[in-house]
Amino acid sequence: MIPLASLQSTAEALMAKAAIEIPDDYLAGLRRCADTEKGDLSAFVIQAMLENYEAAKEDRRAMCGDTGVPRWYVKYGNEARVEGGPVGLEAALRRATARATTGVPLRPNRVHPLWRTDHNNNVGINAPEIEYAFHPEGDWVDLTTVHKGGLFGSDYRMLFPGDGLEGIRRFFLDTLIGFGKRGLACQPAIVGIGLGGSKDACMVLGKQASCLRTVGSRNPDPKIAAMEEEFRELGNSIGMGAMGFMGSSMVVDCHIEVGYCHTGGMPMSVHMFCLSSRRATARIFPDGRAEFRTDPDWFTAYSRRDTVEWGETPLLAAAQ
Amino acid sequence: MAGPLKTVELNLPASREALAELEIGTVVYLNGRLFTAREGVYKRAIEDGAGMPAANVDLGTANFHCSPAAVIEPDGRFNVGAVTATASFRFAKWLDGWFKLSGCNIIIGKGGMTSEIYRDVFVPHGAIYLTTVGYGTGALLGRGIKDVPGVYWKDELGLAQAVWVLDVERFGPFIVESDLAGNSLFERENAKIAPGLARLYEGTRPATLRRYGETDDKTDEVI
Ligand code: SF4
Repeated sequence: MIPLASLQSTAEALMAKAAIEIPDDYLAGLRRCADTEKGDLSAFVIQAMLENYEAAKEDRRAMCGDTGVPRWYVKYGNEARVEGGPVGLEAALRRATARATTGVPLRPNRVHPLWRTDHNNNVGINAPEIEYAFHPEGDWVDLTTVHKGGLFGSDYRMLFPGDGLEGIRRFFLDTLIGFGKRGLACQPAIVGIGLGGSKDACMVLGKQASCLRTVGSRNPDPKIAAMEEEFRELGNSIGMGAMGFMGSSMVVDCHIEVGYCHTGGMPMSVHMFCLSSRRATARIFPDGRAEFRTDPDWFTAYSRRDTVEWGETPLLAAAQ
Repeated sequence: MAGPLKTVELNLPASREALAELEIGTVVYLNGRLFTAREGVYKRAIEDGAGMPAANVDLGTANFHCSPAAVIEPDGRFNVGAVTATASFRFAKWLDGWFKLSGCNIIIGKGGMTSEIYRDVFVPHGAIYLTTVGYGTGALLGRGIKDVPGVYWKDELGLAQAVWVLDVERFGPFIVESDLAGNSLFERENAKIAPGLARLYEGTRPATLRRYGETDDKTDEVI
């Protein structure tokens, strides 16, 4: 049984880690941008960001004043049992979010959409969002927090099979150029593309592609992996860099995730994980131990399965 | 790596002569007093007729579009962590009234406004626009804050929308987005990038299903 107290204290530690420590994979990617950027203004911006990450770590203060919207991704190993059950876990995550808001401190960002009610703790109706996934084995729970910033930089469009790859390319460019001007998307970013699924799944996949995969990771489908590299280069050849100044640094990496969709359509979403690509993960074991890491390891062969059965699924045998 | 940019330290309140020295693209660090104000403050001060929450000397004349990541400790002390600007274009409609009321001559924010607004509203009031950098340099900016001499309207507007007065030292970096002549750095950069865009779209055609209000002119601004 995974103790609730370790879940909550780990979740609080994750909130602070995400807000303060830029993940290594994004940092390395941004350093590569710094090495190749020729635009003087764009290069200055990237240099300032690199110094900003140092300052955040040294002072233990949030890297960006805008908290974005802190949220949670929870993955259960198939054998995991949590003290207090799923309701206990959700309570722990809400408490950790509220406590880290005053503890770090983080700017309270979450308000009611109509009445603008602010609890000053980043908790409210449907906030923080909690998404779940499951893994075929394991007695652990993986907690990932993402503090996704940006009112800008995401878009959705229903494309059709006839729009083809060119249509995908075009919508990708539209989004990057539209939100890249004046740097509204706080690029260079990890660009996530969701292709297919139902409308809501398409948005979810694109967001997860940008926030839950590390820079340098590739989709297991070699043709999609090639598209990811092509799109990264395409984004960096727009002529735009950090803050929309002339340059070549728009895309630190591009990740594409797909889901089977309606036979008549080809929905597409684009998401940009900004200069403060804040994510942190920990695996918590039944003895209360927590192992921290920066790779959420969210997408797996299991999560991307396209068959009816998985391995030797015991369900059928049990039912007979 | 590209060459260094012209860098200036500016003391607040800034004189007109000091502002006249600044060209678009200059890097600026600030020393002195400034304050935060955004839509909540504009509404209350201008539309509701509440006026300014305090005198010029208490607030300064540089207005930062931001809400700090800050808490008021039980003993009344302020703990400011990181500060990051919020997108300014949404506040353009209040600015003429705001300049008259506040006497501000520096607006600090994210993303700037259009050069039309600069010429029509900023230039007559002798004001410039400084953009934050990144825009995520919240920790660097947080470091530059040496004191919080006051917070106004926190009960009326909440912590995020309240007026935070900040005494700063080598607070930055910022980049001059608009100078006293009303030029815009972002528009200059957009104009340089625009000619290359058509090439990227070669061989593609608009999506099968159109959307209302959509433009195919990639030189259009979204703000
Ligand atoms: S988009 Fe990211 S870097 Fe930009 S202000 Fe928001 S959280 Fe900060």
